[in-house]
Amino acid sequence: MTPTYYLLLAALLFAVGAVGVLVRRNAIVVFMCIELMLNSVNLTLVTFARVSGELDGQVMAFFVMVVAAAEVVVGLAIIMAIFRARRSASVDDTNLLKY
Amino acid sequence: MIASSWLLVAFPALGALILLAGGRRTDAWGHLLGCATVLASFAYGLALFFTSNGEPEDVTLYSWLPAGDLQVDIGLRIDALSLVFVLLITGVGSLIHIYAIGYMSEDSDRRRFFGYFNLFVAAMLVLVLGDNFVSLYLGWEGVGLASYLLIGWYQWKPSAATAAKKAFIMNRVGDVGLALAIFLMWKNIGSVSYDDVFAGIGDVEPGVSLAIGLLLLLGACGKSGQFPLQAWLPDAMEGPTPVSALIHAATMVTAGVYLIARSAPIYNANPDAQLAVVIIGAITLLLGAIIGCAYDDIKKVLAYSTVSQIGYMMLAVGLGPFGYALGIMHLLTHGFFKAGLFLGAGSVMHGMNDEVDMRKFGGLWRKMPITFATFGIGYLALIGFPFSAGYFSKDAIIAAAFGQEETWRAWLFGGAAVLGAGLTAFYMTRLMLMTFFGKRRWTEITSEDGREFHPHESPPVMTVPMILLAIGSAGAGAFFVFNHQLAEWLTPSLGKLQEAEHGVISHSVVPFVVVGISALGVLLAWLFVGRQETPVERPEASAVVRAARNDLYGNTLNETLVARPGVWLSRALVYVDNKGVDGFVNGLAALLGGSSGRLRRLQTGFVRSYALSMLAGSFLLMGLLLMVRFA
Repeated sequence: MTPTYYLLLAALLFAVGAVGVLVRRNAIVVFMCIELMLNSVNLTLVTFARVSGELDGQVMAFFVMVVAAAEVVVGLAIIMAIFRARRSASVDDTNLLKY
Repeated sequence: MIASSWLLVAFPALGALILLAGGRRTDAWGHLLGCATVLASFAYGLALFFTSNGEPEDVTLYSWLPAGDLQVDIGLRIDALSLVFVLLITGVGSLIHIYAIGYMSEDSDRRRFFGYFNLFVAAMLVLVLGDNFVSLYLGWEGVGLASYLLIGWYQWKPSAATAAKKAFIMNRVGDVGLALAIFLMWKNIGSVSYDDVFAGIGDVEPGVSLAIGLLLLLGACGKSGQFPLQAWLPDAMEGPTPVSALIHAATMVTAGVYLIARSAPIYNANPDAQLAVVIIGAITLLLGAIIGCAYDDIKKVLAYSTVSQIGYMMLAVGLGPFGYALGIMHLLTHGFFKAGLFLGAGSVMHGMNDEVDMRKFGGLWRKMPITFATFGIGYLALIGFPFSAGYFSKDAIIAAAFGQEETWRAWLFGGAAVLGAGLTAFYMTRLMLMTFFGKRRWTEITSEDGREFHPHESPPVMTVPMILLAIGSAGAGAFFVFNHQLAEWLTPSLGKLQEAEHGVISHSVVPFVVVGISALGVLLAWLFVGRQETPVERPEASAVVRAARNDLYGNTLNETLVARPGVWLSRALVYVDNKGVDGFVNGLAALLGGSSGRLRRLQTGFVRSYALSMLAGSFLLMGLLLMVRFA
């Protein structure tokens, strides 16, 4: 198989995710963009696993999914807590942890 | 008997422990215990004296510092020299302890005073009984501590507190010398015990050996109030009078003489060090005598007299085998008559509301007959009245000074000693005339706190020790000198006393010269002081007298030569420390603090800007990797 299309798709997804993280303020959207980037990486891992005929990349992708799932739980809980405290889900409003 | 000689030290040490740790509970009987412990030591010392033949016997008690090659034992050396000192310290010490019961009777802290006194006696006994230089150093510091505590007894008086500090610090200068001498012994001889050091001193390089001798002399100068470290001793008179009598006249200040006599083998090997000792002694005896002529404070006159008399002792022990025994002999007789004189001065002060200015005394012999009589005997002994204690011991020293081989030395040091004798006669006669004779000058005067003077004789607890000391002053000299008994007795410790054969002045003539000069001094004192009215206010005087009243600028000398440069040096060091060392460290800290204060502004708190910088970083890394890969 030729990995070109898969990799291009993964790059496209990553770019969409990265730009989303940078330009969007809503924490939920930012969060989804992060997931998008993770999954683009997963796609890359699986692609290369197929190309090389090894299983390592696929196993790695599963790890990423498990970690992402756990991260979603924690992250959404934090976003919920912040939203309840200040009625806002904007990442720019939570800027107290600074100099 | 010898084996348990540690009891000598243990009695007063135990007394000090009980009195100082027991606190107020021992107030009622503390002074009696204090006297009892010293008397017990005296009795034990007497018993030892009569059973011993004077040959050195060492008692090793336990190993104190077994550190590699350095072995220091706590040991006692019982020999002729240490026994003589034990008897002087505990004998004169007991009398002064008993006197202090009366003198300190109005002091609410009398028990603590006796605690310190016992501490002093214990330390002094350690000093003279130790069989190595480290034990000696232990006692040396112990008496320094006791001296500090007792000079500063009236601690609410700033002058007393200052005097105590001054004594302590000036002693420390001497102590450094002693410590360095001990270090040199250890480094070059490998031992600090008397036996090993004296056996090994001959194999040491001459320069090192001389250094040891001079450093020991520095130690002796500090403790004995010798030039140039003499200034603390007169100030030490701020303490109660029994302290002046016991510590600053009879015993502690003679420790320097003891040190040099004990180190006789070191000095015998170093003629140059001996010469230094003689020079110091000669300078000090003249200096003390000259200043003594000018003071009006009765205790300070006696203090400078002490400085001067110790100068005689130093001169004697500096003469080597010709003089060791003579120095110790003068030390003993001086211990008797100077203690008696101080107790007499204390008795006068006791009756005169603690007034010390002789210009406010006068005509006291009627009011204090016993004090007058005992003081008079001490006075005669000090000026060397024929056949008194001082006559024998001082004349022997002067004769030995004249008997030196080199003519210039004989004339110089003999002349200084004779001149000193004349000055001694002058200032002591002046003191007698101003205090006990002449018109009474105290009738119209009240002391500073408004009490009127009612001179009265002291109670028997004070007069009896004075009488005993007066008997000692009168009789001791003859006893010691008769057939050179003391010198014979001291032979095992100090070697045989050598008689100088060819003096520049014949031995038989010396006593006449000395008595003649002394008589001249007495006559001059009568002409200047006795014949005319003594003004109560101190009159202006010539430049010489002003110099003497200012201690011949001894304090100024110390201040300009040592204290001021020291202050300058420390100021310069403080400057270097503040500006140089601290400047570097503080500058570094300010640099880091300032730059991080600016850098932390990057921490904006906006998550998205962090993300942007991460992305930029990733691009940068990626770009670099690609460059490396394809370039």
